[in-house]
Amino acid sequence: MTVDNAQPAAAASSEVINELIREFGAEALTVQETLTAMPVVWVGRDQLEHVLHFLKHCPKPYVMLYDLHGVDERLRTYRRGLPEADFTVFYQLMSIERNSDIMIKVALSEKDLVLPSVVTHYPNANWYEREVFDMFGIDFTNHPHLTRVLMPPTWNGHPLRKDYPARATEFDPYTLTMEGQDREQEALKFDPEAWGMKRHTDDADFMFLNLGPNHPSAHGAFRIVLQLDGEEILDCVPDIGYHHRGAEKMAERQSWHSYIPYTDRIDYTGGVMNNLPYVLAAEKLAGITVTDRAEFIRVMMAEMFRINSHLLFLGTYLQDLGAMSPVFFSFTDRQKAYEVIEAITGFRMHPAWFRIGGVAHDLPRGWEKLVRGFLDWMPARLDEYERAMMDNAIVRERTRGVAAFTQSEAFEWGVTGPNLRATGVDFDLRKKRPYSGYDKFEFDVPLASGGDVFDRGMLRIEEMRQSLRIIRQCVDHMPAGDYKADHPLTTPPPREKMLQHIETLITHFLQVSWGPVLKANESMQMIEATKGINSYYLTSDGSTMSYRTRIRTPSYPHLQQIPAVMRGGFVPDLIAHLGSIDFVMADVDR
Amino acid sequence: MSWLTPTVVETLIAVAQAIVILLGAVIAGALLSFVERRVLAIWQDRYGPNRVGPFGSLQLVADMLKMFFKEDWIPVFADKKIFTLAPAIAMASLLLSFMIIPITPNWGVADMNVGLLFFFAMAGINVYAVLFAGYASANKYALLGALRASAQTLSYEVFMGLSLMGVVAMAGTFNMRDIVTAQADMWNIIPQFFGFCTFLVAGIAVTHRAPFDQPEAEQELSDGYHIEYSGMKWGMFFVGEYVGVVLISALIATLFFGGWTGPLLPPIVWFLLKTGFFVAFFVLLRAALPRPRYDRVMGFGWKFCLPLTLINLLVTGAVILITSPATS
Repeated sequence: MTVDNAQPAAAASSEVINELIREFGAEALTVQETLTAMPVVWVGRDQLEHVLHFLKHCPKPYVMLYDLHGVDERLRTYRRGLPEADFTVFYQLMSIERNSDIMIKVALSEKDLVLPSVVTHYPNANWYEREVFDMFGIDFTNHPHLTRVLMPPTWNGHPLRKDYPARATEFDPYTLTMEGQDREQEALKFDPEAWGMKRHTDDADFMFLNLGPNHPSAHGAFRIVLQLDGEEILDCVPDIGYHHRGAEKMAERQSWHSYIPYTDRIDYTGGVMNNLPYVLAAEKLAGITVTDRAEFIRVMMAEMFRINSHLLFLGTYLQDLGAMSPVFFSFTDRQKAYEVIEAITGFRMHPAWFRIGGVAHDLPRGWEKLVRGFLDWMPARLDEYERAMMDNAIVRERTRGVAAFTQSEAFEWGVTGPNLRATGVDFDLRKKRPYSGYDKFEFDVPLASGGDVFDRGMLRIEEMRQSLRIIRQCVDHMPAGDYKADHPLTTPPPREKMLQHIETLITHFLQVSWGPVLKANESMQMIEATKGINSYYLTSDGSTMSYRTRIRTPSYPHLQQIPAVMRGGFVPDLIAHLGSIDFVMADVDR
Repeated sequence: MSWLTPTVVETLIAVAQAIVILLGAVIAGALLSFVERRVLAIWQDRYGPNRVGPFGSLQLVADMLKMFFKEDWIPVFADKKIFTLAPAIAMASLLLSFMIIPITPNWGVADMNVGLLFFFAMAGINVYAVLFAGYASANKYALLGALRASAQTLSYEVFMGLSLMGVVAMAGTFNMRDIVTAQADMWNIIPQFFGFCTFLVAGIAVTHRAPFDQPEAEQELSDGYHIEYSGMKWGMFFVGEYVGVVLISALIATLFFGGWTGPLLPPIVWFLLKTGFFVAFFVLLRAALPRPRYDRVMGFGWKFCLPLTLINLLVTGAVILITSPATS
């Protein structure tokens, strides 16, 4: 079995490879065939900066560094035809004009884990490179502040390396002495000089305000240290990692099937929306095409959760602006949504309901009535939010022109989703790169132009209306058929068949005891999740478990952008901005 | 029974009245914390505290018990004396202001000629509570809250005084009883409408109620100046705020809506009804409005309210000069 069994790369993809060959010569590049639906090109370490510079400035440029992370290749079996590597660092670049991506990979040897930093080309490489350093111990020369980003500063070892244990039972029992506690606390103290900040000027002393990790408006365990002159924010340093649970590491010791519940907890307000990119990527590896009914059910439930997540956003966003009532109303609406979700999936926040090859069970009897009830309830409520709050003079005065950023700034920092569309970029994956049958639905992509706190709020209200439209179409045109694909790798196999065919029974037994085996390859699925573009980049080494699962979440770059937006703002503006980003820390720290 | 002279009896009755009124004010303030939660809940599509006693009416008792038995913790880094003094000032200054409020023709603690001035003085002292609390807590959030509070309260007190000068000029006295009787023909709300508006705004700002709750803005400063307080000390700030709400409502009722006067019903009922109306208004305001940014609040005070009060005073003065018969 080799990795070159991939589908032929699309025409647009080969175009960029030709451009690269013209510029750098064919011998400098190794093209890898994968199921990621984008060209994957290996380049030498010395070429990396040139290649990225070229791609960023070529006609129809790759404006956004979408993702950057690493892979420990040392235990990987199936990598014939690929450059020798102990570690790989990959750079996924996105072009809006081409509507396609490219992945650049660089091979590194264990003895020489050094790469040039690309922060000067793509500012948002900053945190990603810190994370690669944190997780793999790879150095980046000329990085402005190469320290750990997710693990505590005192941590030993690099967790995503294959020789780093994945289970708590493989470690000695954890103890914390008083000295240890003091040491840990000392390590968390903020040192302004380390970030190039002055403590005072000739005529003013600055206050360093530690906002979080436990603060009512930090939306979870998020810490941001503010350098204040009065209430004006001169600079700030976000500090993340307090919610890090090693989701990517866990994927390497869970079967393809049993990892699904972990995905629910990445963006914990997104519910089954999180399952979607994971199962879609796994289905590409398995070669499963799901039924129309399964696709429709998935779209319907994903949109239910989009509404649910946006409602939570709206309530907390307005609460952060000081309005205490809306959050209670939006929770009433969320309860209505949960009644539907609960009836269909049997669970509320984390249903883990999608399966490789379909969904867990068919829709229950009477589901149309429930969903229609919700569809009838919501529009009036959305109008009311708009009238009572978004038209309110104080809300407008607090949000208009606050924390605004332009399209190019959004690209520079890797902003996606509603926050990107609030700057006027018409980029919604559901339209641009339809997945899971979104091309069968009619809906509009709401856009705004100001890119400020107000637009980000308003846009999400409109998105909810569009989601309602999609759900209505699901109810009206729900196809008949199976809710699971008839494929040997569908996990678990349909129960009715399992009880009658010995072959299915054996498959069921193997899948439940060991887990399904997916062919060695790499696949990736990007989706328009609740908070932006969420993707799973799966590497299978022909085993029951994933070799490497990279979860790219939208909230991570959104938080990284905060200092660039907030300098010169006031503390209340920061709170408004935090509310408008719509992030959850689980989505940032994974 | 020779010691029971009429003077003694009179004094005793006055003392009893004072105690009843002050206790009533405290209880009203404390009870308001429960009422506010219930009323807000009804407006917000939920139940609110409804478990302790019938309809949750004993919630207050439960809260009091909890607060009394909570550890009364003073941070090691705090300035202990000032830290303890601050909640006492917060509660006392507002409570003492109730002295000047005439509840019915015969009820009231003190009948001072400087009535209103006494209230301004107490409101001025109240700033110290916040300032001390924020300073003594040695906490950055508390400090920011205290800075906001002092700047805000000082700015709004400037025109709070001026906004009532129209009322004073019309009645020709600072005495609250005389102000009530001066409204026999027409409530002040009509001739002093702008005075009423600005006093209402100032009153909300001085009691740090939403939407002018910048000093304790939960989302920004996570409670601001009283962030380090716990137990009964925190309770005094808490009840103090509600006492402030009752006080401002009572003042509005007295100064602009004819106090205890009204047809049919006994004076005490009228007084309570009018005060209750404005208390409810305070609560509704909190449910309805988001919080403007701090610097806008200051701008609103200095650039809009202050000029408005000055114009109001000017016009009131001119009207009085024109209409009053020439003397001397």
